[in-house]
Amino acid sequence: MGYFIQQLVNGLTLGSIFGLIAIGYTMVYGILGMVNFAHGDVFMIGGFISVITFLVLGLFGLTWVPFALVCMLIMSMLFTSLHGWAVERIGYRALRNSNRLAPLISAIGMSIFLENYVQLLQGARNKAITRMLAGGFQLLEDSSGFTVQVSYMQVIIIGTTIVLMAGFALMIAKTELGRQQRACEQDMRMARLLGVDVDRTISLTFIMGAALAAVAGMIWLLYYGIVDFYVGFLAGIKAFTAAVLGGVGSLPGAMLGGMLIGLIEVFFSAYFSTQYKDVAAFAILVMVLIFRPTGLLGQPDVEKV
Amino acid sequence: MAVSEIAVAAGSRLERPFVDILKDAAITGAVTFALALPLVGFQTVDQTTAIVLRTRFPELFYAVAVIFLGRLLMLLTNAGLARPIAAATGALSLLWLANGFFDVFEPPHMVLGWLTWIADTVVALRAALVMRRRQVAAAGYLRSDFGEHVVVMVNRLGGWLAPFVAAFAVALPFLPFADQRVMDIGIAILTYVMLGWGLNVVVGLAGLLDLGYVAFYAVGAYTYALLSTKFGFNFWEALPLAGGMAASFGIMLGFPVLRLRGDYLAIVTLGFGEMIRLILLNWSDLSNGARGIGDIPRPSFFGMPFTPAPPEGVVAFHQYFNLDFAPIHRVIYLYYIILLLALVTNFFTLRIRKLPIGRAWEALREDEVACRALGINPTNTKLTAFAIGATFAGFAGSFFATRQGFISPESFNFLESAIILSIVVLGGMVSQIGVVVAAVVLIGGPEWFRDLSAYRMLAFGALMVAIMVWRPQGLLAHREPTVRLNDPKRAKPS
Repeated sequence: MGYFIQQLVNGLTLGSIFGLIAIGYTMVYGILGMVNFAHGDVFMIGGFISVITFLVLGLFGLTWVPFALVCMLIMSMLFTSLHGWAVERIGYRALRNSNRLAPLISAIGMSIFLENYVQLLQGARNKAITRMLAGGFQLLEDSSGFTVQVSYMQVIIIGTTIVLMAGFALMIAKTELGRQQRACEQDMRMARLLGVDVDRTISLTFIMGAALAAVAGMIWLLYYGIVDFYVGFLAGIKAFTAAVLGGVGSLPGAMLGGMLIGLIEVFFSAYFSTQYKDVAAFAILVMVLIFRPTGLLGQPDVEKV
Repeated sequence: MAVSEIAVAAGSRLERPFVDILKDAAITGAVTFALALPLVGFQTVDQTTAIVLRTRFPELFYAVAVIFLGRLLMLLTNAGLARPIAAATGALSLLWLANGFFDVFEPPHMVLGWLTWIADTVVALRAALVMRRRQVAAAGYLRSDFGEHVVVMVNRLGGWLAPFVAAFAVALPFLPFADQRVMDIGIAILTYVMLGWGLNVVVGLAGLLDLGYVAFYAVGAYTYALLSTKFGFNFWEALPLAGGMAASFGIMLGFPVLRLRGDYLAIVTLGFGEMIRLILLNWSDLSNGARGIGDIPRPSFFGMPFTPAPPEGVVAFHQYFNLDFAPIHRVIYLYYIILLLALVTNFFTLRIRKLPIGRAWEALREDEVACRALGINPTNTKLTAFAIGATFAGFAGSFFATRQGFISPESFNFLESAIILSIVVLGGMVSQIGVVVAAVVLIGGPEWFRDLSAYRMLAFGALMVAIMVWRPQGLLAHREPTVRLNDPKRAKPS
């Protein structure tokens, strides 16, 4: 029982990361109907910017942990969202009305470019930072003597994710921007006729998705202590799987899917095999697409002729 | 700066206020600065105990300056200064190349030097294009699409050139400059040409984006490797089996997923590709895991091996033909095998396009709903395309295994799929000669410029984006209708 709860905590932590990335996929898919393949690499860039901010802060001797964490969060969100914006502006905007495959191929090119860009600029070896926040507390001890450990870092990660997701859901539901986004998602041409600045809305979508991915990148860095240029590929695919599992286009679905993928991966490694955990993730993706292409919370989409 | 002087002198002729243009360019520069600041401006350097930070501000400012000037010149081009800008940047482009040889001015980094030259040349070409377009418009003609015109010309030429290219490919081993290195590059290019033609059936003709094509390549390679090392099959016996195996994998994987829409299909095939790689990596009993399979037998020429000292009772190739033993014989033989396989792929594709199934593929690509209404079974039609594409990948895979003599899962990663796909896409999806051109540029180019190989994938990705943005239908894409009502060429004068 204790072992199970321990894995549950670990799974939720990993799921937070996937959920945050999945929101970016799902929002872009909802509005543009394209898979932003480069989103995983935007997440990776978020991790790198966190490392660099951490080192810059170290240069000035500003190592008080809460301050450093907030600084890393802000810088990472700021600069990564700029990258997200640039990806859309350069790679996708011109292709908005083109055939379906062109934006996807452009996105794959963008992904290859970003991976190699970071590899060339920052080196191929993984970047490790010292643990910023050590320690934790004992949640409970079961009858067999297994103690469930929760680190402070895990508390911060899950807490941050919940706060961000709640704030984000509120923004989509209540603000002017959220309304415009939902309008674009339903019918872009009609939204434009009614005075919504579609270009601006799409740009903001990419910026928000990238900002959330940046948080995920920073969490990844803090949780695992390392980041490398290739980390975005697999994490991106898993997050995409999460978005599909939850139902592409649905925000609660992305969060749910992220949590599920995190839990499945952790439990699969814990009870079956660590070697095949990535195979499990891909198998889920394939299964979901075959048996329930609309995902758990998605709307079936109607094919228009 | 001379450019701004020209701009001021011509200020009255500008179609947009100069201040406005300057502001726009400055904003671009500022955005570039913010984008480049964390990743270009700072470098994390590994040291024994921890990572430390180094700054790269000269590179940062140089890059920002290049982008700012490039944007400024582009906006000025649009505002009516195409002619002076084309002349100035064209001259600068040549000067910069000369500078590359004589090293008068040295940019902070070699890549930045290249970036400058590329940016400058792009601005020059664009200015020239704008100039021409304005002339055409001024003369009162309809606006002609220059790009389209070039593509049509290249495709017409392609039809003419194809036999010469094929003849050159056949004659290559006997040309005086064909040493081991040239032959190796030739084999590498032909392998990718074959893979590109094979994938073209799936992506170009049937319009199914397959991001896991390398899975079938891996299946072919492992089929031959296992059959030969465990059961003693030779290359020619294993080849059809490898193709069949890959085809059955194609059907197996394709069957459940082919009803998915385009981009979902792409992601699922990517998932399958990675699954195959991960299984090969982890199922050590079958595939020997990450250590791979070595000592894969080389192909023999009608039972005659290419070895200096064949075993008792076996006649080696050089003994039978009374030649001195030379290692290049085997390389040339491998070259001809892949050339043959590639030409078979090409011939097959060209012929099958004219059969009902080929027509059905292309129709399906254009409009699935209409096809279904006309009684074409989309699943079966797509499955044939998938299986045929997979078969060719399987052939190429077993060739790869016999050529390398060693295979491991690392040879079959997603990047390989992306390279093959970009050959097809850059070639213009459907264009057979386009695949050859793209393979020569993408595979042959980096083989020659070994020093720049670190930047190969960077250029690769950037090129994919640039070509999609510039020509979303592919570089050499030009859709000749396969059937034409009232064909002007065939129409008889009546």
